[in-house]
Amino acid sequence: MERNNGMNRRKFSTALAAGGALTALAPFGIARAQGGKLKVGVLLPRSGFEALIGQSCQKGVDLAPEVIKSMLGVDIEIINADTESNVNTARTRAERLIEEGAHVLVGAFDSGQTVAIAQVAEQRGVPLVVNIAAAPQITEQGYKFVFRNFPTAGELVKNGLSLIGDLFQATSIVPRTAVYMHVNDTFGQAMTGGIKAILPRLTQLPFKIVDTIPYDPAARDLSVEVSKAKATNADFLLLVCRLNDSIVLRREMVKQRWRPMGLIDPGSPGIYEEQFSKSLGKYADYCIDNAPWFNPKAELTHVVEAAFKKHNPKEHFVFHGTNVGYTFEAILIAADAFKRAGSTNPKALADAIRATDIKERVMLGGPIKFNAKGQVEGNQSACVQILNGTPKVVLPSFAAEAKPVFPWPEYKSA
Amino acid sequence: MSASLIANVVIAGVLTGLVYGLMALGLSVIFGVVRVVNFAHGEMMTIAMYAAVLLFGAFKLDPLLAALPVAALFFGLGYALQAGLINPFITRPEHSQFILLVAVATILTNVLLMVFGPDARNVQTDYMLDSWAIGQVLFDKARVFSALAALATAAGLFAFFRYSRTGTAIRACADSHLGALIVGLNVKHLYALTFGLGAACVAVAGCMMTLLVEVTPSVGPGYTLLGFVIVIVGGLGSMPGALLGGVLIGVSEALAGLFIDPSAKSMFSFGLLILVLLLRPQGLLGRRP
Repeated sequence: MERNNGMNRRKFSTALAAGGALTALAPFGIARAQGGKLKVGVLLPRSGFEALIGQSCQKGVDLAPEVIKSMLGVDIEIINADTESNVNTARTRAERLIEEGAHVLVGAFDSGQTVAIAQVAEQRGVPLVVNIAAAPQITEQGYKFVFRNFPTAGELVKNGLSLIGDLFQATSIVPRTAVYMHVNDTFGQAMTGGIKAILPRLTQLPFKIVDTIPYDPAARDLSVEVSKAKATNADFLLLVCRLNDSIVLRREMVKQRWRPMGLIDPGSPGIYEEQFSKSLGKYADYCIDNAPWFNPKAELTHVVEAAFKKHNPKEHFVFHGTNVGYTFEAILIAADAFKRAGSTNPKALADAIRATDIKERVMLGGPIKFNAKGQVEGNQSACVQILNGTPKVVLPSFAAEAKPVFPWPEYKSA
Repeated sequence: MSASLIANVVIAGVLTGLVYGLMALGLSVIFGVVRVVNFAHGEMMTIAMYAAVLLFGAFKLDPLLAALPVAALFFGLGYALQAGLINPFITRPEHSQFILLVAVATILTNVLLMVFGPDARNVQTDYMLDSWAIGQVLFDKARVFSALAALATAAGLFAFFRYSRTGTAIRACADSHLGALIVGLNVKHLYALTFGLGAACVAVAGCMMTLLVEVTPSVGPGYTLLGFVIVIVGGLGSMPGALLGGVLIGVSEALAGLFIDPSAKSMFSFGLLILVLLLRPQGLLGRRP
């Protein structure tokens, strides 16, 4: 295997061991990896309608300097900025962070806000490492200072659908029909476009979609939608949703005594979030979300999880893992590049980021390597199933914490 | 399309519509008497929903029972709001009243956000996800109980206005503000009582809604808008009209979702609104001015 200057397992373990010594020596100023600090400007929607997820990502920011210091010996100074879930605010905050001396930007969870920040980063020649944002155009503009370690919308759908095939194979179940329900917003329509384009190409998937039912994401009542879906007699429900509507919809399924083989989400948020399990209790169990996910068995995940618990003793890492993991990795990419570049010069940092090769990861996927467009390829999703109120990885098998349950125990074939 | 599917959808529409109707009834009563459009109506219902969630969390009090103390509390709050804040605006231009109540709505939403955060909250009763089945037709228990509570509250309110002396006095105020003053009625007190009754209605509706939906601080404006659509369709100021409007909106949205496109449900309620405004501007059961 090709060796490189980035992180690999051995270097990571050594770094962790060395980290303890570095931490111990640091107060005396004896050991320093290099002079100066890397100023990382972090842009997240910490207020506004995306506040819940923005604050979840922020937890990854909060623990990053300490963990990265122990791993790489790099000093990081975080400069936080709130995008207020607003595209224009995101743009002006990015400008301000650069004025305040940020050497690299990280953010911003939302695709629209990230597009705006990417324009600023490119114009000002300051590297941007995207933590979470799936819109393909972010890395399709020919930008030289924009990098993304998150799957594009197309990859999300492809990963999610492939895992459905893996699920059927693992459980030896062959559903023939699905009814597809989706939120009728920008995200839902993008996912629908992806599913329609990719599903016919995945010949290993044995089912056909018998009906497509879009619904208003702000709907107070989904009884009609669920009635229509139930009337199709489809084997399972394929669902692209948000959090609140997924709760309303699952409740309605129970009320209407609709017991298909299962509910599978090919990659949208909602089902794996804490509120879903809290609100639905036992009815949350066995729902499946094929989402970008952390590797629960990775060494680095355990390190990050321990730091998360220290910073957030009352929170459960599993409900924040995706947001925390990708945000942490974005800052890790910047710090790793800074260490290799030995400089805060934006051009040198961008060149170093382009040459990134980090093998030890929190998130599922291959090594973090950017292609010519600044996109990391090979980020994977996991088949995550709610079991006893907690999301558990059931596929891929190398990361699995439990065996998949499909069809649902309550399913009775017609 | 099977008959049972249509029956299920229509039944759900009627039952949900009755709860919407109760919510709009409060708006209609307040406008019918006080002649103030309560732009904070949805936000008031949101507070009632949070009250029901808190009572459930603290005492496991079923929202059907919590409706009584919450309605009593809201009656007092509504009375105080009208007596202390809105009465001074009664003789001012309508845009002043409008801005006042929009300001109240904004403050309420933000206070809820500060106190409860953005997370959705709900109650979990043992019958909430249960239903009765008659053949292929399902009756969702939570919707049935909510609709019955809505009908009982509306009946109580009708009886109060019809048979009590205070109710008759309030109707006199509604018919003629000047006339009520001339015969010596304490109009400001009666206005405050009316606002209190409207607030109590919305409190009961809010408690029932917790059986059907989750509550977040931002749901209020949507319910305010829905309330307006219902009372305009049913007839602004008409109590039976509010209930009829609620049922019509509930059923038309359900049928539009079933036969046309679920995403277009709201479009049909607004379409119905425009149709009523064109053909019968006073609303289906409203009186011609």
